[in-house]
Amino acid sequence: MIAALAFYAFAAVLLASAAMVVSSRNPVHSVLFLILAFFNASALFVLAGAEFLAMTLVIVYVGAVAVLFLFVVMMLDINFVQLREGFQRYLPVGLAVVVVLLAELAMVLGGWKMAPEAMNLRFAPIAANTSNTVQLGKLIYTDYILIFQASGMILLVAMIGAIVLTLRDRGLTRKQNINAQTRRTPADTLVLVDARSGAGIGELGIYRPKAPESVAAAHDEHHDAHHGDHSSAGGHH
Amino acid sequence: MLAVGLGHYLTVSALLLVMGIFGIFLNRKNVIVILMSVELILLAVNLNLVAFSAALGDLAGQVLAMFVLTVAAAEAAIGLAIVVIYFRNRGSIEVEDVNMMKG
Repeated sequence: MIAALAFYAFAAVLLASAAMVVSSRNPVHSVLFLILAFFNASALFVLAGAEFLAMTLVIVYVGAVAVLFLFVVMMLDINFVQLREGFQRYLPVGLAVVVVLLAELAMVLGGWKMAPEAMNLRFAPIAANTSNTVQLGKLIYTDYILIFQASGMILLVAMIGAIVLTLRDRGLTRKQNINAQTRRTPADTLVLVDARSGAGIGELGIYRPKAPESVAAAHDEHHDAHHGDHSSAGGHH
Repeated sequence: MLAVGLGHYLTVSALLLVMGIFGIFLNRKNVIVILMSVELILLAVNLNLVAFSAALGDLAGQVLAMFVLTVAAAEAAIGLAIVVIYFRNRGSIEVEDVNMMKG
């Protein structure tokens, strides 16, 4: 009885916060309501006896994904007022799709019944005296090991993909240019001057050392490759 | 076993799915909220899987729900990375602006 009441309470908060996610005016509020929705969904998981999944949901979604969303929402400088403009325009078609979909799902739910032999077709029946996490672990590391490895691969690819997509070289770091280094010869930078005895460096014309032109040119070239629009400014130095 | 009937879980999950789809239609300008709606849809899928797993007493549904969770996390990371580089290039995250590849 208490479990049923808890189910209704958590389900109500879950649906209410999901509605707030899609209809909130401010995306930051949307993310916070998404976090609330995930907490309530994990409570529903606990009520269904899936403790490990409930904890995973809290850790993965609230701890990582929702914070990622929050970070992106706050990082991007978005005009929130402008984003709401199409709200009224898409409301009718959205409501129509929702009504059709709900009617279809209600028809499915109304005419659906469990197959009589379903209980005999179970792949991994839940044992009564073992904890949920132990059973899941025994299943994942034996029967589902290949899918488990594949999901790890998916996460690795996603991580590398996200880094490759968002990493940009703004030319602020000073990196080694091996091409310029190996092309450089002593004639480019070294000037031999026949110095008379007793003459100062001002008289000999070597008061200022000659600028290493090839290196400067290579540096400009390197600089311009990254800032195409600054090519005119780059010519001055 | 379930504390309430399987139908209750399926109803909640169906409403959650429909709300996610409604969010995709409603927030046509904001890609971030669309990604959140996709997360809601995947959460509804997970809720269905867990409910059937508990009702049937079969653990395979929870294993599948875990893999769905993994893919959803990867999808969120990649989606947000794409949003960030899109915003960097165009200065907006409106879906209607995504027509650069149109012929």
